[in-house]
Amino acid sequence: MIDIANTKIDFLKSRIITFIFSSVLVVLSFGAFFVSGLNFGIDFKGGTLIEIETENEIEIAGLRDNLNSLSLGDVQVQEFGSKNNLLIRVEQQSGGDQIQQNVVEIVKTSLNSYLSSEVNFRRTEVVGPKVSGELIQSGAIAILAAVFAMLIYIWFRFEWQFSLGAVVALIHDVILTIGVFSITQLEFNLPIIAAILTIVGYSMNDTVVVYDRVRENLRKHRSKNIIDLLNLSINETLSRTIVTSVTTLLALLSLFIFGGEVIKGFTFAMIWGVVVGTYSSIFVAAPLLNYLDVKREWNTTSAVDSTR
Amino acid sequence: MIYFSNIKISSILLVIFIALMFAIPNFFSKEQLNSFPSFIPKQQVNLGLDLQGGSHLLLEVDTVEIIKERLENLNSDVRRVLKKNNIQYSNFKNTDDNLKFVVEEFPAEIQKEISELSISNSQNILQMGDQTNLVILREENEVSISFTDEFVKLAVSNAVAQSLEIVRRRIDELGTREPSIQRQGSSRIIIQLPGIDDPDRIKALLGQTAKLTFQLVDTSMSYDPLNPKKAPVGSEILPSDADDSFKYIVKKRVMVGGENLVDAQPGFDPQTNEPIVSFRFDRLGASKFGRVTQQNVGKPFAIILDDTVISAPVIREAILGGSGQISGGFDSDEANDLAILLRAGALPAPLIILEERSVGPDLGADSIEAGQYAAIIGFVAVILFMMFVYRYFGFLADIALIINLFMVLGILSLFQATLTLPGIAGIILTIGMAVDANVLIFERVKEEIRSGSKMINAVENGYKRALSTILDANITTLIAAVILFFMASGPVRGFSITLAIGIFTSVFTAFTFTRLLISIYAKSLKPSLVGMKIND
Repeated sequence: MIDIANTKIDFLKSRIITFIFSSVLVVLSFGAFFVSGLNFGIDFKGGTLIEIETENEIEIAGLRDNLNSLSLGDVQVQEFGSKNNLLIRVEQQSGGDQIQQNVVEIVKTSLNSYLSSEVNFRRTEVVGPKVSGELIQSGAIAILAAVFAMLIYIWFRFEWQFSLGAVVALIHDVILTIGVFSITQLEFNLPIIAAILTIVGYSMNDTVVVYDRVRENLRKHRSKNIIDLLNLSINETLSRTIVTSVTTLLALLSLFIFGGEVIKGFTFAMIWGVVVGTYSSIFVAAPLLNYLDVKREWNTTSAVDSTR
Repeated sequence: MIYFSNIKISSILLVIFIALMFAIPNFFSKEQLNSFPSFIPKQQVNLGLDLQGGSHLLLEVDTVEIIKERLENLNSDVRRVLKKNNIQYSNFKNTDDNLKFVVEEFPAEIQKEISELSISNSQNILQMGDQTNLVILREENEVSISFTDEFVKLAVSNAVAQSLEIVRRRIDELGTREPSIQRQGSSRIIIQLPGIDDPDRIKALLGQTAKLTFQLVDTSMSYDPLNPKKAPVGSEILPSDADDSFKYIVKKRVMVGGENLVDAQPGFDPQTNEPIVSFRFDRLGASKFGRVTQQNVGKPFAIILDDTVISAPVIREAILGGSGQISGGFDSDEANDLAILLRAGALPAPLIILEERSVGPDLGADSIEAGQYAAIIGFVAVILFMMFVYRYFGFLADIALIINLFMVLGILSLFQATLTLPGIAGIILTIGMAVDANVLIFERVKEEIRSGSKMINAVENGYKRALSTILDANITTLIAAVILFFMASGPVRGFSITLAIGIFTSVFTAFTFTRLLISIYAKSLKPSLVGMKIND
């Protein structure tokens, strides 16, 4: 039986340390992003992706040499889940959208003649320069729009101080997610954008629950010191924070382990996001309120309003 | 808060029952479903191409080409006007979006005549009223003529609508299973082809404009490889389909075009047994064809498809019946495809493939299987964890979770929304997040008990207090899902759909179904049932 009740952990005691910790991670993420960038998949970079399956195991190095001799530019070959499942990526060809279509045919012909056994083409994706440019743009716009929408929503439901704190935590989460993809050089593709948007939603969800309690406690304990009040609020919601994070992580881990290769990157991003989002609600969003001069007289205002 | 009227109870149960009914078909095969009584819905979840296997193509109509072609037509008309009025011009050239030439003088009446030209030219094709659709600019001695923006827009829009129709006809001719062909934005076409994982043939069919013309071969001069650009005025040099080294010189004038065809069928030449395509003209085409063949017996007549000469047989006698045949060294598959192309008509402009995503049927099946595994294991893990933490209440939340899952499936089936692999991920994520509403409530209930409330009041207040938090927390996730829905297409969009449905169903079940269950047992509830230690 788990019963996380009446905890009195002083979360804000180490706020300077956790702020520094978060800042370092943010700086690291920026650094990695500017040094090594993101390993864009074909959704954003354009190019061709072919997933094949063969009956026998394939010797990758030989196949890679063979495909790289086709003068299609850089061709990457990697194992995908098992030894007879391979992922072949061909970089975008110069010369516009129509040219990209030739790649599939050239690679298929070459594979059929190079590999003696039957080749099963499981997946073929070709993204031309026009679409990849648009996808990257709409992805960036979607994330910005989501963050902005959250800013407005929280402002509307709470106060600008809360809205600011929540959005700082949110941007923190997004930067750290992009950072982890930059450091690990895991493929960054369209589903990762979806994952980041979900993280935005989840992180906000977590923050809202804590903030809701803060607001309630602000009404209840007028004279309480703000640090104690924030600590109280985090502790009171801690049990819920942990239970929900655990159930979400249980579901996501199951998806990560059993859900297949195609959505591994997507699931990884969300697992990371849930961890970071939970952390940021407690250690970034809530402590920030200490510095944002939140309004203390909630009931008074509403009383004034109602007398008008 | 925890007392329910009978009407409320029945409507809650009814909603759940309806959702369950719509979810049920997904657990049976199509054959089994057919043997069920008729009151049970038969619709299953609509699987996305990434799960059932299939091909997605995004095409764009080459709009530059449309305008270019119209400018080429305009070119000769403008020259004619200039010549007729004895205007000296030089440096006459076509660019992608305008015509340019240099003149010494350019009187206003000539300008008017040219702009009227565009009216007579456009009226029957595009209803633009009496307005000219040309912009004529003069800078020093250089005149430039281009189409107005409205005209360009209208021309493009018409061409795209026409392309859409022809693409549909070509694909229908192939007998593809349930293709979906939709227009996207101003100049794009999305094609979804379930069950096709190698769209080579379709791409080849769509890659041709299939513009068929019959033009006379210019016999005044023969093709000279040493002087490959030399052709008499009014004639052009075109490559041969059969022989790469050989080129034809044909007269530019189109005697009959593919638009006059009413039918085209593949077949075999009874004498040579060679694959052929036989065709039939409409009345106008037949009379044109008859006249030309009558007047040009003994001369070679070129059959031209997309600026390549397929063959140029010599006319032996006048063909008056309005039908003929094309042979030109193609195999029977090619003959079949050519017949399809000719029947469907020519595209107004070339189509460019911007994006292709094809998934084989076994990868789709693997994804479904993996998704089911992950869902079941994640589900069991969450269920056990909830019972561990909240005991009896956890058990109630678990029942709600199961109902929740059925509701997601039911709603997906009812609205025939598309389930994709990321969509399955969305459902699994929902399993994890759906308990949140109940968790928030249970935690509130526990707090109420700790502060001394009686169990029944604790439950009531728990629900009351948790309401606004639950709404706020879920609206944020919903905002993210909505933005994703509008931004994304294809599989990722499926994720936003299941995520959004999951949010609705989890809030719904927490506030109706779990509450109903708890209210039934409210009087006998003890703190230990919420997972609290008795001495707490």
